Amino acid sequence: MKKFALFIGCNIPAKVEQYETSARAVLKKLDVDFIDIKQFNCCGYPMKNTDQTAWVLSSARNIALAENAGKDILTLCKCCFGSLKKANAVLRQDDDLKAKINTILEKEGLKYQGTSSVSHYLSVLNDDITIDELNKKTKDHYKDLNIATHYGCHALRPSEIMKFDDPASPSLFDNLVKVTGAKSIEWASKLECCGAPVLGINDSLSYDLTEKKLGSAKQAGADFICVACPWCHMQFDKIQNQIASKRNNEYNLPSILYTQLLGLRLGIGKEELGIDNQENQGNESLDQVYSKLFDTKEKKLKKKRKKKKLTKKPVEKKVIKKETPSTE
Amino acid sequence: MAFDLFFNSSLILLAIGMLFKIVQWFSYKIGIQAQNSTFAERLVSSLKAMPGIVFSPKIGIVLKTFILDVLFQHKILKQDVLRWVMHMLIFWGFILLFFMHALETVVSDVIFTSYYSTVNPYMFLRDFFGFMVLVGIAIAICRRFFMKIHRLSTNKMDIYAIFIVAVIILSGIFLEGAKIISFTDFRDMEQDFSALEYKEDILALEAYWVKYYGLVSPNISGDISQEILAAGEEINEESCVDCHTRPQSAFAGYAVSKIMKPIGGLLDRIGIVTFLYYFHILACFIGLALLPFTKMLHIITTPISLITGAIMQRETSNPLNIATRQLIELDACVHCNTCSKTCSAGPACDVKNNMTILPSERMLSLRQYFKTKDLGSSQFMAIQEGIYLCSNCDRCTVVCPAGINLKELWYDVREEFIRSGTLITPLVLSPFSYNRTYNRDDFGAVLSDMPARHAKGIIASRYKKKSHSTDVLSLTNSNEFKEEQSHQDGTFSYCFSCENCTNVCPVVMNYEKPEQVLDLLPHQMMRSIGLGLENLALGSNMLWDCVTCYQCQEHCPQNVKITDIFYELKNKVSKDCFYSQKES
Repeated sequence: MKKFALFIGCNIPAKVEQYETSARAVLKKLDVDFIDIKQFNCCGYPMKNTDQTAWVLSSARNIALAENAGKDILTLCKCCFGSLKKANAVLRQDDDLKAKINTILEKEGLKYQGTSSVSHYLSVLNDDITIDELNKKTKDHYKDLNIATHYGCHALRPSEIMKFDDPASPSLFDNLVKVTGAKSIEWASKLECCGAPVLGINDSLSYDLTEKKLGSAKQAGADFICVACPWCHMQFDKIQNQIASKRNNEYNLPSILYTQLLGLRLGIGKEELGIDNQENQGNESLDQVYSKLFDTKEKKLKKKRKKKKLTKKPVEKKVIKKETPSTE
Repeated sequence: MAFDLFFNSSLILLAIGMLFKIVQWFSYKIGIQAQNSTFAERLVSSLKAMPGIVFSPKIGIVLKTFILDVLFQHKILKQDVLRWVMHMLIFWGFILLFFMHALETVVSDVIFTSYYSTVNPYMFLRDFFGFMVLVGIAIAICRRFFMKIHRLSTNKMDIYAIFIVAVIILSGIFLEGAKIISFTDFRDMEQDFSALEYKEDILALEAYWVKYYGLVSPNISGDISQEILAAGEEINEESCVDCHTRPQSAFAGYAVSKIMKPIGGLLDRIGIVTFLYYFHILACFIGLALLPFTKMLHIITTPISLITGAIMQRETSNPLNIATRQLIELDACVHCNTCSKTCSAGPACDVKNNMTILPSERMLSLRQYFKTKDLGSSQFMAIQEGIYLCSNCDRCTVVCPAGINLKELWYDVREEFIRSGTLITPLVLSPFSYNRTYNRDDFGAVLSDMPARHAKGIIASRYKKKSHSTDVLSLTNSNEFKEEQSHQDGTFSYCFSCENCTNVCPVVMNYEKPEQVLDLLPHQMMRSIGLGLENLALGSNMLWDCVTCYQCQEHCPQNVKITDIFYELKNKVSKDCFYSQKES
């Protein structure tokens, strides 16, 4: 398997720390080989609007650092993913720009070559770990959980560069959700934008787009909207609360990070995954939804087994695990 | 006496300077919540907060911070071991010298009954502490001038700080060396502490000191006989050795005395000891008097910043006190560049040629700004760009060894800029604005997308819009944009207006009458550029309301790179509209 440098980006350590802790815990559980590069900087995504050279330089520096360490980049954020991968594509085509960037990087002894690839966390789970392997490693299944997968624009498109999944009818994320036993529901605005890119530029438009998604997922019967990007998560989390208080529109549809959803089924504790419903305490419908995360199929089986005092537990477990994919 | 005169004047200057600084801290306005506060209000609110800290569990945090971060400098250690070694050597060497040597009459004499600066261990320790500082200074010089640390810049203040400490310590060591060889000093001591009547005895002691104490005497030359030395030793044992160890223990001063020795007699005759003495104390007193206005002020401000940072919280602390703290923090920054080294947005400064993108450089500009609140438009724009070009990763705040809450400082200053200035950076039209709305309740960003609307106004006033559907557009414009195009994004000419892009655009879908809100729809954008009407496209709201979801580009049957072209257009608008703004 590839060797990775974990790219956390800017938002996660500052605002979505649970994404980092849960992602690390899952990688560790799955024995993925990765390192941290302290000198990584912003991917350049927010600079694209005003100065694309600043974006390409920022991305190229990160890739050059990864190349230096002989690693491929593993991103947690869909926008970092899009930004880095696109910069790679731009630089591979444009020798003049590459030379210009390298003159700047040279000052600190770096050189962009374009040899390191950029992958998103979900692609690594799907392509490098594989669904089969994940099926083997999950310990039990959610009993009754409806998940609305949010793919994230910058991972899917432009597909000729991103090559993340089929841009029109993607299935990668849904398959990953199914691994946990949760149901990945169909919903109308699954592939739409979360609204984050224009927050601060046009708040009302941003709120509109977020509301549209929340409404659509809720209508389709989702318990959680599942994301693998900090921007989308912030939008469906804190911005959803802002919408509730400022527009008086309550959706009560919490956002869960995929690493949390999977982490629980890999047997990682909720504290380590940062699953916390403290803020919403007293909100009955949310309490109910969160309790579904801890309602699993095997738990009940285990109880039964305990009563029977079976000794060869591991063998029993394996049998169950093999059966589960076929029942999906 | 001259000493008292210098000392007292420097203390008075220090007091005036500190008072001046304190008045600044409590009266300068920073952030939006303290704009209307007065000096008295700020002072009272900070005094009111003090008892709440002293008589609460917070005092524990204060002590912990003082020990861990001020005395042990744990925050520096976490970032850079070499810098920690450097700073610990300078800090502890200097502090110990200050108490043991500079304040010997009030500290050492009181604590240690047997204290004599000329007796071990004190004689050795004084040199040892001085040596510690010198090693630290040597590392500092290496780091600043030879090691080529990325993004470490050195300004006049940094050089002054190294210079003043080096001068104080080196002049002290040279003074010690000069005293070792000084015949004048020997004669004074001999008269003060021994009661030698016979000239032969004095000569014998002199000979002994020449041989073993490094003295340079005009009376002794050539080989000294064993007899005289023996006599000298006896007198030394009787009169001197109890209060004056051999100077070899003062290894630094002794080494210097060896260098001076060949011209020792001459140096003594021209009064080198007196000269170096005044040089040394003047250096100390100048350092003291200038302290409030130099980097050395961090001796006071950085511990305050570390401690207040540990106990104050945005949610619970009085906003007036936060403003005061932030002004102290500006003076607590030592320009160590730890923040700039780790800054996520740092690479942009290489493209933008704007050093204030780096947090440590921005601190310097902000210090200037709060003094005058007027910097001239280009400097104001530069700082604003620097402060806006922040991806809010909070790394600067996490790593700052001075405990400065840079994150909050940026927020508050940004708010102040936005509300006060008519000049605006195009960065307000980028995802860098996200954080303002995200934190709108925490940081008082009430009008969250107001700066973006302001910026759109500037753009609208520059480009002609198509106001009436009956307006006839001239198609003879030169196609500036077309010519500037990079090859990959010149694809707009393939557009045959199938409107797929417009039909899949989530922004278009969001409005009942999208053309009224967005000015141009995506397919119209492409066609207008193709027709040479790029001003229409550049001035349209569509550009800034685009969520960059790439749906249009993905669905284009002609492979027009719509979203990428939007990015190019946005770049052009940013370049053309904002940096030529006139202050109104």
